[in-house]
Amino acid sequence: MKSFLKTSVACIAALTLTTFSAAAENVLKWGAQRDVVSLDPYSYGDTFTIAVLNHVYEGLVRYDDNLQIAPALATSWEVVSPTLWRFHLRQGVTFHDGAPFTADDVLASLTRVSDPASPLRGNLPAYQSAKKIDDFTVEVTTTPNYPLLLNDLTNIVIFDKEWLVANKAEAPTDVGKGVEGYATAHANGTGPFKVVSRKPDAETVFEVNKAWWDKPRHNIDKIVFTPITSAATRVAALLSGEIDFTNSAPLQDIPRLQASSDIKVLASNELRTVFFVFNRTDKTIASDITDKNPMNDIKVRQAMYQSIDIDALQKKVMRGLSRNTGSMVAPAIPGYVEALDSRLPYDPDAAKKLLAEAGYPNGFTFSFVCENDGYVNEEEICQAVSSMWARVGLKATLDVAPTSLQTAKFESGKFDVGILGWANEPMIDSYSILVQVVHSKTGTSGVFNWGGWKYPEVDALIDAAGKELDREKRLDFQSEALTKIKDDVAFLPLHQQPMAWATGSKVESLVQLTDNKPRHWLTKMK
Amino acid sequence: MLAIIVKRIGNAALVMLVVAFIAFMIFQFLGDPVQLMLNAQASQEERVALRLRLGLDQPVVMQFFSFVIRAVQGDFGISFRNQREVMSLIAERFPATFELVMVSTVLALAIGVPLGVFAAINPKNPAARIARMISMVGVSVPAFVIGIVLILVFSVQLGWLPAFGRGEVVQFGTWSTGLLTPSGRLALIMPATSLALFQISFIMRLVTAEMLEVLRTDYVKFARARGLPDRIVHFRHALRNCMMPVVTMTGMLIGDLIAFALVTETVFQWPGMGLLFVQAVMFIDIPVMAAYLMIVSVIFITLNTIVDFIYLAVDPRLRQTGTAGGANVR
Repeated sequence: MKSFLKTSVACIAALTLTTFSAAAENVLKWGAQRDVVSLDPYSYGDTFTIAVLNHVYEGLVRYDDNLQIAPALATSWEVVSPTLWRFHLRQGVTFHDGAPFTADDVLASLTRVSDPASPLRGNLPAYQSAKKIDDFTVEVTTTPNYPLLLNDLTNIVIFDKEWLVANKAEAPTDVGKGVEGYATAHANGTGPFKVVSRKPDAETVFEVNKAWWDKPRHNIDKIVFTPITSAATRVAALLSGEIDFTNSAPLQDIPRLQASSDIKVLASNELRTVFFVFNRTDKTIASDITDKNPMNDIKVRQAMYQSIDIDALQKKVMRGLSRNTGSMVAPAIPGYVEALDSRLPYDPDAAKKLLAEAGYPNGFTFSFVCENDGYVNEEEICQAVSSMWARVGLKATLDVAPTSLQTAKFESGKFDVGILGWANEPMIDSYSILVQVVHSKTGTSGVFNWGGWKYPEVDALIDAAGKELDREKRLDFQSEALTKIKDDVAFLPLHQQPMAWATGSKVESLVQLTDNKPRHWLTKMK
Repeated sequence: MLAIIVKRIGNAALVMLVVAFIAFMIFQFLGDPVQLMLNAQASQEERVALRLRLGLDQPVVMQFFSFVIRAVQGDFGISFRNQREVMSLIAERFPATFELVMVSTVLALAIGVPLGVFAAINPKNPAARIARMISMVGVSVPAFVIGIVLILVFSVQLGWLPAFGRGEVVQFGTWSTGLLTPSGRLALIMPATSLALFQISFIMRLVTAEMLEVLRTDYVKFARARGLPDRIVHFRHALRNCMMPVVTMTGMLIGDLIAFALVTETVFQWPGMGLLFVQAVMFIDIPVMAAYLMIVSVIFITLNTIVDFIYLAVDPRLRQTGTAGGANVR
């Protein structure tokens, strides 16, 4: 009996010891689908890299839990004139190396990001110049009446000027020059975590920044970030408890993950809307109709729309996880209107009738350019839709290849029907899709106007929105533009694509927003 | 000897030029890296400007020549994706791949050769039959399937081995090794096994086939007639004469594995050169792809040379002709 007591006491002691040591340090092991490309947030226009680096670096403003703009390194701001914004900076903020945060740091960062060689320059299109008023006040000059400066600034993080100068990293790394930059492998921000070590493609370790200016809502001491590119290995690592969190749980493995009692799956829809675009020039690319372009007939576009059985696509291809939509933007995007979200009904007979009316009773052939590595289950979507179109006589010649190849075809307009997905990031505003995709190719607008579609009235509305500082008025313009293109079936929206995160037993709660960015400064561990 | 070395270097340079040229021809069909380097918000002018800065507007031949000129000076540029010097990226990854390949090759020789001899000497033994059957599986099942099955059994079910990564590594200057830490050795077991399985099977089958051939030859019969013990006949007379093709194939396999361990590296997230290359292809990272292909051709040429020298050691006949100065005349 005595020995039994002894052992149980020892056991209990051992148990409490282990719980104590576990409570002593909360380590979040994060398995991602790929590595960040660099520790330099200005290195590459890559949303995922910036999302991870937001744990280390912060901007003047940030998105809060509801994707609304909230103060970060700037506490307040005002629009002085249509071209001038004044920002009041937060006092008492320090960088990870202990240097204080001041107006000079903002200026150095804005100069760095707007450098001609900076890949992130496009994220701050209206920026002209910046001026220091005092140590904690900065004035930014923009093009007249630009309404989205704050949205743009959420992704422009702030470096320490002294650190940049000391390490000769004032300018962004120019790949063309072939010289490595210091900030690529080192980091010094103001954010909730600091980088302790980095081994590319193997492991990056973040440690909590105890001197963070904000009140921490997390209880993490250390984040070990590991890229695991193979989906099967990622799932195995989660099941075996080697990772506690993944921001990319493969759709086909969700039932299996849910069957495990330790694992929680957070599946939802992200901001990205996937849609088809049409070649709208006078000539088809690869079709048996050569004298004109049938895609220019609204009846044909509507027939293509109505012959897609979106429910079947959602159930079979997307495993019930996508959100069918008639809208070009997700509900969380400003400018979204619920009325635009209803789809034209699935009706193959109506589609056949429309085709007959348009003069193609037997349908026609056309090229359908699609990628296999861009969006969730992209290739399967295109295959399924091709067979749905075949039922009404529309014979798509499906051309599937990696994004890097297909983009060249899209940019040179070598397609009849193509696929595109738009998340409106980093702006989180429908102005993004309108100016980049919908607008005709003029000046800096319409970069993704691949098929040469032209709607002068819509262009006018977008241009007006781009110069409207009043948010409500601006969103009215944008909604009206979205209505006009929907009425003309200019594009063929499918769905907001799914996203799935999964956590192991050690994670108590985390915040998942529709922008699909992990924010571990809001994560609680057990 | 000097003549052989000079000839080798000349050959190597020619092979590498050809490889580089073919590589640059292929890069043209991979697509456009600029699209992947800028984000959706970038304007058309920014895209054009970046393409100009990267020299992608020039014709293929010009791109090829400027690559060769810079490569001769030892400058391979910086990676489009990682923005780091290509050579340091590769130098950082090489130890991981090298360690993995060497461990699996040692495993393959240590298991494959004895098994092969055993199967040849006792062809009717049931254990030899089972070994042959398993080797069939080893040759035919793809490495990623074996990798995932191993992960499911040893990581998910049993929880004995890590599913990914290299564990803790010890750094010696630019070289890193996982062999000196317990977690590093544990992490090495599954990738090395899944990579070695094909080699084991291959070497075993090769040794068996060669042994069966040699055991039928006259000198083995004479050796037996002289009353030499089996052990000496099998290992000194027979096995030694089987080693030529085994050495050749092992050399080639090492080259293959260093160059193309990418499947195993991807499955186990092993931070080696293969993983680097797979990602470079996805991002059309031309500097990394070009330098990688150069290094792979150097490895193949070096291995070929080493194999030739090992021949000299294994086959006394070659040594004689070597000292006599004649090429293949006997």
